[in-house]
Amino acid sequence: MRRELHFDAVVIGAGTAGLTAGARLAEAGARVAVLTKGVGSTHLAPGTVDVLGYAPERVSEPGRALEDLVRSRVDHPYALVGRGCVVEALQWFGERVAAGPFPGYRYVGGLERNHLLPTAIGALRPSALIPETMAAGDCAAGGASAARVCVVGVRALRDFHPALCAANLERAGVDARSVELNLALDRADQNALGVARRFDDPGWRAWFCAELSPHLRGEERVGLPAMLGSTDPHGVWSDLGRRLGRPVFEIPTLPPSVPGMRLFEVLRSSLRAAGGRLILGAEVVGAERSGERVSSVQAHAAGEERRYLARWVVLATGGFASGAIELDSRWVTRERVLGLPVRGAPGADEPRFVSTYLDEQPLARAGVAVTGDLRAEGVENVLVAGAALPGAAAWREGSGEGIALATGFRAAEVVSEAEGARAGQPGRSEAVV
Amino acid sequence: MSTEAGSGLRDDELPGLLRGSLDHCVKCTICETACPVSNVTPLFPGPKYCGPQAERYRVADEPSVEWSVDYCSGCGICTQVCPQGVKIAEINAQARNKIKREHGVALRDRIITRPTVLGRLGTPVAPVANLSLRLRPARILAEKLLGVHREAPAPRFAGRRFSRWAKRHTSPRTGRKVVYFHGCGTEYYEPWEGEKVVALLEHNGFEVEVPKQDCCGLPLQSSGLFDDARRTVLRLARALAPFVRDDDTIIVGNATSCTLMLKREAREILGLADDPALKRVSERTWDICELLLDLHDRGELRTDFRPVNETIAYHAPCQQQGHFIGKPALDLLALIPGLEVREMTARCCGVAGTYGLKAEKYEIAMKAGDALFTQIRASGAPSVACDSETCRWQITHATGRPSVHPIDYLHRAYGL
Repeated sequence: MRRELHFDAVVIGAGTAGLTAGARLAEAGARVAVLTKGVGSTHLAPGTVDVLGYAPERVSEPGRALEDLVRSRVDHPYALVGRGCVVEALQWFGERVAAGPFPGYRYVGGLERNHLLPTAIGALRPSALIPETMAAGDCAAGGASAARVCVVGVRALRDFHPALCAANLERAGVDARSVELNLALDRADQNALGVARRFDDPGWRAWFCAELSPHLRGEERVGLPAMLGSTDPHGVWSDLGRRLGRPVFEIPTLPPSVPGMRLFEVLRSSLRAAGGRLILGAEVVGAERSGERVSSVQAHAAGEERRYLARWVVLATGGFASGAIELDSRWVTRERVLGLPVRGAPGADEPRFVSTYLDEQPLARAGVAVTGDLRAEGVENVLVAGAALPGAAAWREGSGEGIALATGFRAAEVVSEAEGARAGQPGRSEAVV
Repeated sequence: MSTEAGSGLRDDELPGLLRGSLDHCVKCTICETACPVSNVTPLFPGPKYCGPQAERYRVADEPSVEWSVDYCSGCGICTQVCPQGVKIAEINAQARNKIKREHGVALRDRIITRPTVLGRLGTPVAPVANLSLRLRPARILAEKLLGVHREAPAPRFAGRRFSRWAKRHTSPRTGRKVVYFHGCGTEYYEPWEGEKVVALLEHNGFEVEVPKQDCCGLPLQSSGLFDDARRTVLRLARALAPFVRDDDTIIVGNATSCTLMLKREAREILGLADDPALKRVSERTWDICELLLDLHDRGELRTDFRPVNETIAYHAPCQQQGHFIGKPALDLLALIPGLEVREMTARCCGVAGTYGLKAEKYEIAMKAGDALFTQIRASGAPSVACDSETCRWQITHATGRPSVHPIDYLHRAYGL
């Protein structure tokens, strides 16, 4: 017997784009496998859905800025999917969170206005759709509150320094101060997930609040590193608000990101609920073509590689950061998984990098060349989603999750539409053959 | 250090490729989010510190500089979740082995890692052996003398051996042959599991061959006894390989950690990648659920299932996840009418083969499994399905709920 598996669609990559595409395809009735080398970007990102934060000035109304972007930047991923698709994708995501594995947990906001959320170092970051647990941290004019922010840290938590966070917030014009608790944990050094697991325990929460309460003053709102529970964020966050008698909010931490892990779990369980399969450790190491189609991909497995045959392939492997696109020592840029052509890389005589690290790097907009409906150029049945797409400098724009969600969503729609047309049905089809 | 038959490599020459992977580590901490051990004890600082970071300080021919890696349970989850392909668990297994080579191996670890010997000794005197494994004074003595924790879950000797049943059993001649690797758990403790595997395969048209076979060496490997583990797994590979006569014949096993040993761990951790018999066996070995779901995907699995009106919790053990095949048991169980399956998302039961039996590690293993035990209790499911026997024993020990291999439910639903 050979290890050959047949699917309607194979999605490569299990970040936000891949899981969204996989879940949507499965919901539309397709047999889907999501193949992934390991756990990806979700666990490193803050867990917010940033749609458009800078264009290039800071954006306060992302919906309006998005319309301008779609008109003026025809090569941008948002221009390929359109504003309507972004709206639908956010809506879909919100519903999946509500139906997901965390009772009561929800996201708030949308395209009307950006929240301005404190980062771990006290910068203000614009974001459109955010976990409810972060909402009270909004520092935008007309936002949640103008009350003073009290940034609370725990000494053993690595990479979070409340005094630094509060001082930088002050510099950004936010009334802020800090408290650092020196709580006895069983180790000198702990990450956010380790503390989050303690918050799962009501007894520990009560003790934590008793330790913290004497340090709080007046009408302050309390900003804590994003570590409010690993299994029941809504319950933990609500409980803390009740016990402390004031608004409480999470501030995203350096990795690992607890809210990012929740986002992964929401999308993973949506995929599973619709019957899709997630296959961890299945690094794609080769592909077969027949004519202008990719007919199968080979993926790593213990013992012997497995061959996945599929009518459709969604490439959601990320960009340079994940290693899916590489620049070699001969200055050749290539897509590493399927060997697809890359667009947007600087030419041989143009600079690839600029010396100011945090500025936009010329290489940043490189990605897999696609047609208007996200199909890889020259390949009929491969769709590209997320950071693998060219045309965006997501980390400068504050658009990474928005692009991932919208293009993952759209890639699934393109497949459903094509399969619907193939089956002779008019318009969009809910069933993929 | 000894030179090993089969590999031709010294232990400290093995890890070149594994070690090379550490340069891919970007310190993203994803392995830390998943490690069941470092999340519950400060004694193990975690896969990232002990693996790619500490490895830079480990020099061949110089003594180990610190020992915390001995608290790694070897579950392998870190390698599974790493997005950069760093062989974290494999690097840590090498480091653990180095400590054992320097400082010797406890008598306990030489005993509990030999299921074949234990099985042969215990089977003829099963009632007495089972009683003494459950007698408090005997267990206290075993803890004091050997360091096997008095509370640790001990399996029961069945008192009969699966291979004896298999010898008497004749599989109908269908011409579609499959080689059954049953492992020690089935041989000595749960022979009925093997009988069910055979019945399921025969029900689906296979002619089942059961070669004479011994342990795969995994317990030895996970306790750092690499030389013994190599000898053991190569002996097994040589016993199974002659049965794989053509490209259509496969080996199938229900002991998911033992099939993983054959598929991958012996080749990657013990450095036996080039042994021809092992390579053949490795490539042709399938997990039972992997095979059955594959048959179903091809439209070749019989689906004459009767309803089983029950709710069960399903836990995919770490070693099953190490096959990199997803969770086929979930899709198989979903085929059974009436059966409601709750997928447990907590990753590990803590026991990791023999780790949770050791006196100094028992408490850690119980804490490592606590997230899973809590989920199981909260699921409302009265029983649990899980692919690995040691994990099942640990789950039952911790939750009081019976646990069986997922194929038990298929067997029942077929009415066999």
